[in-house]
Amino acid sequence: MSKSQTQPEMLSGGEMLCRALHDEGVEYVYGYPGGSVLHIYDALHQQTQIKHILVRHEQAATHMADAYARASGRAGVVLVTSGPGATNAVTGIATAYMDSIPMVVITGQVMSHLIGGDAFQETDMVGISRPVVKHNMVIKDPRDIPEAIKKAFYIAESGRPGPVVVDVPKDMTMPNEKFPYHYPERIKMRSYNPVKKGHSGQIRKAVNLLLQAKKPVIYAGGGVILGKASGELTQLAKLLNYPVTNTLMGLGGYPGTDNQFIGMLGMHGTYESNMAMHNADVILAVGARLDDRVTNNVSKFCPNAKLIHIDIDPSSISKNIPADIPIVGPVKSVLGEMLEQIEQSSQSVDDAALDRWWTQINEWRERHGGRYRKDDSKMMKPQFVIETLCKVTEGDAFVCSDVGQHQMFAAQYYKFNKPNRWINSGGLGTMGFGLPAAMGVQLNYPDADVVCVTGEGSIQMNIQELSTCRQYGLPVKILCLNNGYLGMVRQWQDMNYESRYSHSYLDSLPDFAKLAESYGHVGIVVEHAEELEDKLKEALAIKDKAVFIDVRIDPEEHVYPMQVPNGSMCDMFLSKTERT
Amino acid sequence: MRHILSVLMENESGALARLVGLFAQRGYNIDSLNVAPTDDVTLSRLTLVTRGDDQIIEQITKQLNKLVEVVKVVDLTEGAHVERGLMMVKVRAAGAQREEIKRSADIFRAQIIDVTPTTYTIMVTGDEEKLAAFLEALSGATIMEVARTGVSGVARGEKVLSL
Ligand SMILES: Cc1cc2nc3c(=O)[nH]c(=O)nc-3n(C[C@H](O)[C@H](O)[C@H](O)COP(=O)(O)OP(=O)(O)OC[C@H]3O[C@@H](n4cnc5c(N)ncnc54)[C@H](O)[C@@H]3O)c2cc1C
Ligand SMILES: Cc1ncc(C[n+]2csc(CCOP(=O)(O)OP(=O)(O)O)c2C)c(N)n1
Ligand SMILES: [Mg+2]
Repeated sequence: MSKSQTQPEMLSGGEMLCRALHDEGVEYVYGYPGGSVLHIYDALHQQTQIKHILVRHEQAATHMADAYARASGRAGVVLVTSGPGATNAVTGIATAYMDSIPMVVITGQVMSHLIGGDAFQETDMVGISRPVVKHNMVIKDPRDIPEAIKKAFYIAESGRPGPVVVDVPKDMTMPNEKFPYHYPERIKMRSYNPVKKGHSGQIRKAVNLLLQAKKPVIYAGGGVILGKASGELTQLAKLLNYPVTNTLMGLGGYPGTDNQFIGMLGMHGTYESNMAMHNADVILAVGARLDDRVTNNVSKFCPNAKLIHIDIDPSSISKNIPADIPIVGPVKSVLGEMLEQIEQSSQSVDDAALDRWWTQINEWRERHGGRYRKDDSKMMKPQFVIETLCKVTEGDAFVCSDVGQHQMFAAQYYKFNKPNRWINSGGLGTMGFGLPAAMGVQLNYPDADVVCVTGEGSIQMNIQELSTCRQYGLPVKILCLNNGYLGMVRQWQDMNYESRYSHSYLDSLPDFAKLAESYGHVGIVVEHAEELEDKLKEALAIKDKAVFIDVRIDPEEHVYPMQVPNGSMCDMFLSKTERT
Repeated sequence: MRHILSVLMENESGALARLVGLFAQRGYNIDSLNVAPTDDVTLSRLTLVTRGDDQIIEQITKQLNKLVEVVKVVDLTEGAHVERGLMMVKVRAAGAQREEIKRSADIFRAQIIDVTPTTYTIMVTGDEEKLAAFLEALSGATIMEVARTGVSGVARGEKVLSL
């Protein structure tokens, strides 16, 4: 036996934290220092395994870590100080929580003996974060650090993923107090055992129902991406020749250019996917949570459909819409088992019915699918900007979006053929997500094209990160669909408030191109449709610098289709003047 | 519908706050709640009385099971079970009323556990109906203070909630 096996290394709490992260395979930690984490920062300084990225605001650290997780499937790691550092991170933690993104957030805390006494920079982070984390914990003994970190990663990444907060009082990291270090290989918890496999009997029932369908739809969500099951999903859809629709979170889980793909569904879904859902007789929901942005009024939801619902989290099933056949389990293994059963089944799909169904769907596609108003206004259409982006990046970029109309245009007009390429905040809808998200992805995928699609409103919520971007030389491309308005808010004001634009106008905008230049980036302004493609190509050709592309678009353009509030899935506004 | 949920969970600080927070956050009712360690001190058993239709109770059960510290959840009201709560009532007991209050206590098999010249403190156990009936029986007297534990319960027969 080697010496290290018999005599474990003696490390301080701060050193153990760094070492445990390394043993977990972590490369980058995103953070910001302060009083209660100074021992940890000192330990970081004295090692080389973990690289720390210094942001300009803690919220950005969480979004960077979150986006890394969305692109890679592994938990991102954040390190912030107590009090304001921790509270600044809360929006990012909630963002990850709503979209089930794995993340480990280490928050400093005041000395144990000061807790509860309103000490300087004390906040009850465990209490504050409780409703927006999968789990959280406080370190009570430095000896527990390695196991706590292992546990945090295990909980964050397994089952339905989510953020985990580890609160570390300063006295847990004293440099001179050393303890034997041992990183556990695995963790066993009697109270936490995520499901590994679906119930075969339920899967059999589902397959039977699925094969009897005359008007089937596969409705696939973020769970397919989180569960790395886009291969199985595609195989299943191809085997059956059934139409597939994706939620906002599921985009890329099924190839966007495939003919069986009928587009996104829901509030801003395509006409054909919302029509298909409403008229379906069997819906296979895969890793999707029947969110209110999808169902519209639940009492009018898909009146003739039987619902098969696959989800790893039982609480997602029959929460909003009762499932006829619930299957609790990881999508990958459940879809795998479905494929096997279908291949072995003597039953086959009803080809004649399916033909009629496809004829109907294609008719819907013809009628309204994926078109926008190309009127004579000289203004550039946001849809055209995204189409052009998709063209010049060959549909293969990481697209990290902010929140608003531009997000919807990106979702509708960029065709994602791969999972993990579309990075956006769906559940919380956090403006300010886009830029740090793009930076987090670019850092980990240095050779990839990473584009932040944003609006002039959203970008200003974390614009200070242009500085971080410069410091680490991250050549992200910021594509700002500048309409001079909080467009999404304005759209609602047009529809529901007789165009009373209460505070949806952004006055005093900076010259974004010059602002970017002042940080050492490249700034480009695009005012005419004819120059767009060339300028985008020019921007994408710049591999060593970030580029801010400020595109002046038509402020009058709205996102369509848009479901009529309180209606069924197929009640939609199709343009300013048309309604279904 | 009234439901009694029994929850076995890790006896760790923060676990209770998480559970109670869940109810507040998701707008579920708690009529009563009681919690203490079991014979195995690493585990706490919590009994909670709540209300809701089947869909809400299903969601509550699922959400409870999702909490990382929760080991098991059962709905006692799904089967035969026994439930008891304990109540202490301090009443004004002077003059002629003293005898009358004592008689009521005897009928309910309650015990007088503290006596002063002017007060009785009476302890009574039973299901919620019995405790309510006892308070009703005391309605002629002046009730100074009531302390109740809330319901605790187990399934009848062989069925147990354990690891
Ligand atoms: C401005 C705006 C407009 C929006 N408009 C729309 C819209 O038009 N259409 C739309 O769809 N959304 C829209 N959204 C997003 C919406 O709010 C929700 O975030 C989204 O619909 C949820 O997607 P999902 O159902 O795929 O669930 P997700 O939030 O992605 O949840 C994933 C589900 O999969 C499960 N899961 C996770 N891992 C696994 C696994 N391994 N195996 C099985 N199951 C797993 C989880 O338990 C969860 O239930 C909009 C958001 C914004 C901000
Ligand atoms: C932090 C935050 N605050 C407010 C909102 C509400 N909101 C949603 S979209 C939007 C407007 C976004 O404006 P912009 O970034 O310019 O995008 P556009 O809709 O114009 O494309 C607002 C204010 C939000 N989603 N996030
Ligand atoms: Mg705007």
